Amino acid sequence: MSEIQQLKPKDYKSDQEVRWCPGCGDYSIINGVQSILADIGVAKENVVMVSGIGCSSRFPYYMDTYGFHGIHGRANAIATGVKVANPDLDVWVITGDGDGLSIGGNHMIHSLRRNVNLKIILFNNEIYGLTKGQYSPTSPFGLKTKTTPYGSVDNPFNPVQLALGAGATFVARTLDVSPKHMKETLAAAAAHKGAAFVEVWQNCVIFNDGAYKEWTDKAVRDEKTINIAKGEKMIFGKDNDKGLKSEGFHISVCSPEEASVWDPCVESPGPAFVMSQLDLDPSMPRPMGVFRQVSRPTLDELVADQVSSVTSKKGMGKLKDLIYTPDVWEVK
Amino acid sequence: MSSEELIRQDDVTIRFVGDSGDGMQLTGSQFTDTTAKVGNDLATFPDFPSEIRAPAGTRAGVSGFQIHFSSHDIYTPGDAPSVLVAMNPAALITNYKDLKPGGIILVNTGAFTERDLERAELKTNPLEDGTLAGYRVIQEDINQRTIEALEGTDLGKKDVLRCKNFYTLGMMYWLFSRPLEPTLEWLQAKFKNKPGLADANSRALKAGYNHGELLRLFQGRYEVPKVEDAPKGYYRNIMGNEALAIGLVVGSELAGLKPFLGSYPITPATDILQYMSLMKNYDVITCQMEDEIAGICTAIGASFAGRMGITTTSGPGLALKTEALGLAVITELPLVVVDVQRAGPSTGLPTKVEQADLLQSVFGRNSEAPLPVLACSCPADAFDCAVEAVRIATQYMTPVILLSDNYIANGSEPWKLPDMDKLERFPVEFVTDPEGFTPYNRDAKLARGWAKPGTPGLRHRIGGLEKDSKTGAVSHDPDNHQIMVSLRQEKVQGVADSIPTPEVNGPDKGELLVVAWGSTYGATRAACERLQKEGRTVGHLHMRHLWPFPHGLREIFKGYDRIIVPELNMGQLARLLTSEYPEFKFEKYNKVKGKPFQAFELKAHFEKILEEKS
Repeated sequence: MSEIQQLKPKDYKSDQEVRWCPGCGDYSIINGVQSILADIGVAKENVVMVSGIGCSSRFPYYMDTYGFHGIHGRANAIATGVKVANPDLDVWVITGDGDGLSIGGNHMIHSLRRNVNLKIILFNNEIYGLTKGQYSPTSPFGLKTKTTPYGSVDNPFNPVQLALGAGATFVARTLDVSPKHMKETLAAAAAHKGAAFVEVWQNCVIFNDGAYKEWTDKAVRDEKTINIAKGEKMIFGKDNDKGLKSEGFHISVCSPEEASVWDPCVESPGPAFVMSQLDLDPSMPRPMGVFRQVSRPTLDELVADQVSSVTSKKGMGKLKDLIYTPDVWEVK
Repeated sequence: MSSEELIRQDDVTIRFVGDSGDGMQLTGSQFTDTTAKVGNDLATFPDFPSEIRAPAGTRAGVSGFQIHFSSHDIYTPGDAPSVLVAMNPAALITNYKDLKPGGIILVNTGAFTERDLERAELKTNPLEDGTLAGYRVIQEDINQRTIEALEGTDLGKKDVLRCKNFYTLGMMYWLFSRPLEPTLEWLQAKFKNKPGLADANSRALKAGYNHGELLRLFQGRYEVPKVEDAPKGYYRNIMGNEALAIGLVVGSELAGLKPFLGSYPITPATDILQYMSLMKNYDVITCQMEDEIAGICTAIGASFAGRMGITTTSGPGLALKTEALGLAVITELPLVVVDVQRAGPSTGLPTKVEQADLLQSVFGRNSEAPLPVLACSCPADAFDCAVEAVRIATQYMTPVILLSDNYIANGSEPWKLPDMDKLERFPVEFVTDPEGFTPYNRDAKLARGWAKPGTPGLRHRIGGLEKDSKTGAVSHDPDNHQIMVSLRQEKVQGVADSIPTPEVNGPDKGELLVVAWGSTYGATRAACERLQKEGRTVGHLHMRHLWPFPHGLREIFKGYDRIIVPELNMGQLARLLTSEYPEFKFEKYNKVKGKPFQAFELKAHFEKILEEKS
């Protein structure tokens, strides 16, 4: 019984009613995932969606795949167990800025450094939505929320930088309002062998509406964001009239002709980190796309390889040898 | 006195004590291996500080190893030692009081300089100030003897002195007429690539043995005949943590599963992770995770994917795993959690024994989250309990907590090896048929079906939200929640149907029943048997399954005038028994000193109770 025959995005929808708020950015993300899974043609029974706690973490219930809705912050750890136990499965982690960077920050960095072959989508809405509006570890400094009525005095994480710092082999950023960019980015993540970290700018219409408006509003998006694509010149602007020039640790705006070509595949995470620094400069566009994409052995394959190499060296263990070791004596 | 005139002793306890760096654990384990090969029954217990290297020569740095060996069946590492081997003043002063009156103390006078005494916070020399009156003190400059024995080797003085533990071991081998060969062979194998060290330690060992004879230090020489009535079969000496590691791997195979261990190092459970990490060629996956929570969560994920998920920890780690345990309860996935208990609360006494995690194991989760709890009673029993934990977890689709403790983990005893052909298999049958499948379809035992990701037609979602009892979809329905809570409880209670009623050791009716669990087995059994020999009708009921309780306990309890529950906590099993069997009075006897019960103290207490009665 094969399920691989020309699946459509809707084939990945479960029979459960989706209960995100109308207008929530999450819809765009689930559409993106269903769409690229159909494009790739992954057998539904080989997909496992693992999540933690938060609005985004209801995601597995809405997918007609295997799914595990875990506990707060632990999706990466649960997913690591699934993937290492059965590397043939296609394992996705669905998490948010609170789930993945606050309570689950530890598991996030460790699954990235270990390069577990997981596709990790971090829904970043810069707010706690399910608990109804408290600041998160990505909320901007000064944000007024229910627990920061006088403004947040916490410095936020930059998720891309955190992932780069943790040694992630694939780091990307995309946005809910651009289904096309989302699909391209998720497809690149799905194709990556290793831990693929994708930050999605996701709008929470209820508790943090318009958090990204400054950059993503249709009217300004072309001027305020730039798509960085592998092997392509870094050009932006409504009329593609501007470029980015990269010189050492410095990136500046230039003419399209002078624009540098973006390469996320260099061994050093340095260029990606410099690129992520643009977020700090209000005069610069925010980069979207793949920051880093390098190849390294994955934890799941290293674990499996070690089991087979030890087994081929020592021979498949027999239970009797485990119990009846050479220091056994007999009482007659 | 020549070596022919051996004084027969049936029961000897030796304690080796020295500085952490003196190699006492090694000395003890070599004496143990040789003694096992001679055919004595034995039990051992190492006692070491939590600091890896406390300042040399201080009381905090004293490390000890006790071995009890005998010509008959024994249950404990011994109460009071009859021989104390003390390598420095700190070791002597912190241990001599435990010795039997008139016991032998062998002291290394080479480590009794002014400076050594100062480090041990001694104002006067205990060898001279009368402290040791009442003991047979044998003084020997073991440092100097070792230097003499190794004259001519090209080792530096420091390396030469490191051989003093083998010199000491040689003396003990002479005193208790043990063969040198097992240790000589071990040295050759151990220092295969360092023949100089193998040779030096072998020379030190032989010199110690020969000097035992030549120097006439001891007033006699002993033999401890081998056990004559030991059950026939194959044996090996085993420590509790190793037995658990083997049991978990064997249990998984008996279930037809490959084990996955997600863990985080914590004293005294770390060895299990280390042992299992060596077993890669048994299809074992081990992952040392970033923390305790990741340890259990990877194991849960691995179980979801179809492996036997296991996590190992100690009390503080179990506390951290609490929320994830609830997840395993509600997702009804098999999982074995091993808690090698240590003295607490918090960090407590990390290298000392306590059995105070029972209530945490039975109740320590939010909401109604029942799960089976069992406890092993000795190193050999740890193997059986690990297999049993896997059986319950897989047959009932539930997390199981298996309690061990520091005393079992690091203690050792001869293990009568199971007959491989008689190990009972309990193969897991994964769901493969999509016909009528829902994730919470249950069998007669109320266990839900286990459908692995990757199986066509069985796609489903599980998770921490309550699920509809029929469809498996998320459900907030009040009645459904009641149904699911009740089902989970009933399922766990049903485990009792699959376990035998424990047998009482001793008369099934009488004056006193002693109900115990875990590592107090040896001391309790020894105390009860001594009373039985004196004609008292005392029964010993040792509980392996602590939640749910086995059937038939009520009938057992009825047979006795009084019931006492000795525990290394403040009365946790007694509390559970009282709540389940309110018609009986469970008297407590508790100790929380980071030390095991000794048989004599239990016997004395039981005697007191019996006297009160009469």
